[in-house]
Amino acid sequence: MALFEAKNVTKQYGNQLALDNVSISVPEQCIYGLLGPNGAGKTTLIRIINQITGPDSGELFLNGKKLMPEDVQVIGYLPEERGLYKKMKVGEQALYFAQLKGLSKAEAMKRLKYWFKKLDIIDWWGKKVEELSKGMQQKVQFVITVLHEPKLLIFDEPFTGFDHLNTKIVKNEILSLRERGATIIFSTHNMESVEELCDNITLIDKAKTILEGSVDEIRSKWAANEYDLVFDGDVNIEGNGHYIILNQQKESNKSIIRLKTTSDINTNDILQGLMKSGSLISFNPALPSMNEIFIRVVETQN
Amino acid sequence: MNKISVIIKREYITRVRKKSFLIMTILAPLLMAGLFVLLPILMMNQEGELKKIAVIEDNSDLFKGVIKNTKDAEFVYLENTKVDDLKKTFEKAGYYGILSISPVLISTPNAVQLISKQQPPIGLLQYIESSLKKEIERQKLLSYKIENLDEIMKSIETNVSVQTIKLDSSGSAKKTSTGIAMALAYLNAFIMYMLVFIFGSQVMRGVIEEKTSRVVEVIISSVKPIQLMMGKIVGIALVGLTQFLIWIFLTMAAVTVLKNTVLQKTGQAEITQSIAHNVMSEDQQATITAKTDNISPQLAEFSKMFDSAMNQPWGLIILCFIFYFITGYLLYASVFAAIGSAVDNETETQQFMLPVTIPIIIGLMVAMGTMQNPESSVSFWCSMIPLTSPIVMMARIPFGVPYWQIAVSMVLMLVTFLGFVWMAAKVYRTGILMYGKKTSWKEMWKWLRYNG
Repeated sequence: MALFEAKNVTKQYGNQLALDNVSISVPEQCIYGLLGPNGAGKTTLIRIINQITGPDSGELFLNGKKLMPEDVQVIGYLPEERGLYKKMKVGEQALYFAQLKGLSKAEAMKRLKYWFKKLDIIDWWGKKVEELSKGMQQKVQFVITVLHEPKLLIFDEPFTGFDHLNTKIVKNEILSLRERGATIIFSTHNMESVEELCDNITLIDKAKTILEGSVDEIRSKWAANEYDLVFDGDVNIEGNGHYIILNQQKESNKSIIRLKTTSDINTNDILQGLMKSGSLISFNPALPSMNEIFIRVVETQN
Repeated sequence: MNKISVIIKREYITRVRKKSFLIMTILAPLLMAGLFVLLPILMMNQEGELKKIAVIEDNSDLFKGVIKNTKDAEFVYLENTKVDDLKKTFEKAGYYGILSISPVLISTPNAVQLISKQQPPIGLLQYIESSLKKEIERQKLLSYKIENLDEIMKSIETNVSVQTIKLDSSGSAKKTSTGIAMALAYLNAFIMYMLVFIFGSQVMRGVIEEKTSRVVEVIISSVKPIQLMMGKIVGIALVGLTQFLIWIFLTMAAVTVLKNTVLQKTGQAEITQSIAHNVMSEDQQATITAKTDNISPQLAEFSKMFDSAMNQPWGLIILCFIFYFITGYLLYASVFAAIGSAVDNETETQQFMLPVTIPIIIGLMVAMGTMQNPESSVSFWCSMIPLTSPIVMMARIPFGVPYWQIAVSMVLMLVTFLGFVWMAAKVYRTGILMYGKKTSWKEMWKWLRYNG
């Protein structure tokens, strides 16, 4: 069942259409990618989900029930632009935001200590935010977002500003949050992390949904009859009536070849022909990266 | 509601804990007091330079020695000098100016001229005028040939200070002093102006800080914009009230100390005097009376002022002050919050600040006029119009204002402030999430009519 659903959401700012009849359906315990170029309307949709602003038309459902103002308690939001009071101390500030989310002071304190220790930031408790580096601030903000254990988490570009090590730490935290039952909406430009993390995606461009579904399905749908072959040793293959060669390269005594079928030929038949050329190590359908799909889809739209 | 109190608490505590708050709370009254003491001193010392003035009379010496030297001016009587000759050289000779007196002065008042290169200070002119006037009056009296004129003149010489007594509706009379009322009016209006302005712009800066640091997005996903705005405004108002109450407390403490030390002495003097009457012989009594008379005048003057200061309607003043501070502050603070929400940084606020500042400045100016003439119609209307009433009404109250006027002004204030808060909240809600767009008045007007 879908934990969160937006149906036919439309929002207009002045003359500009920010969202045009957009629908998304986020299954429970899923990491849902919200993708799209700058200015596509992602932030508007996120703001509508957070009830920062309301849609002009369309409906929102949480757990099958209409989204209510009280539901902010079960939503956690990490905005793209990090927002912390610069002059305030880290610990006090985290307590303040936790209380705004409805936690009691004692409970907030307990959970904060746990998270601060876990992410190894307990030493910063008494420091002012302006003394922290960007990545450190982001860790603090991450803790603030997940502290009240929301059912629905919304991360807008959560990895910008992190080094590799911290990106990995936060990625693992996000995955383990899902294991513990959270559902995550994840907005990003970083397609690598989409492939790694996301189960489902929606691609928005110019206020409209242009692609949606599970990541695996989308990738195989866009695979477009391309295959990757690896041969042992130096092997040369030429195209024939059934396929063309897109790319051939040699690498440490191996030949890596990409071909594209041009007729309705069965993969077994191709393989039979190819096996005569040399000793085949692997044969895989070439799944395009999300990045390629993203660019291709946006380009065809334009 | 619980969330608003969390916000109020943060706004209050972060501000009260700042060092600048402590410094302001202690320093501001000292600065104010310093201003009140220093300003008159500075003004007196302005003419500190001794001005030498040449006095020339045409063919007579009727006024020789009439104008006595003061600490600011020295009058030198020159004989056998022509005004026209001196005109060219008086500056080189070290004179500030030439006072030329014609003997026809006794019959025609315009026969005196003061020639100088600079505009002479008003005090000097008044001094010369009154000295000459007295002399002319004396000379005229002399012409009546009254016997013992000098003694008569001495005995009738008096100093008058008018004691004003105000009757309130119940008919009981209170000693008041216009001087005290003026000082109080000035203080009231000025403190009100400062508080509304300082704390109002603190609200604006707070809003801008939240907007530029994007904290607002995190908070707005937890609470409603109006809750955040009101939490901030109320939190800062409490800071202002805290400061105000500390000031009142400090003043009261100072007054009590004053009463128990300085004023005690006048009381003692009176007692000794009355004892003297009963016990001592006439001679002794005379000496003691003379002694007490010596200390009394200044202290008596002081205690008179103190009495009339205590006779001011303090309860009413403090209550009205708190009311007008809260409502006036809320009105302006909500406008300031709306402005803060509409801009991306502080430099952009200027175009919006001017129209907001003008009513406050007008209020302050009218309040200054109120001290000269508390009953003027300008003062009346400005004390009714909500944008200026907090400042002007506070200046009027020490002079006595009918209760119905206070009531009408307060009701108008309440209604207007609710309207302003409502409008400001609408602008705020839209503006706070609007980035990178130059906002105009027209834009803000559009936000007013947005829904949702």
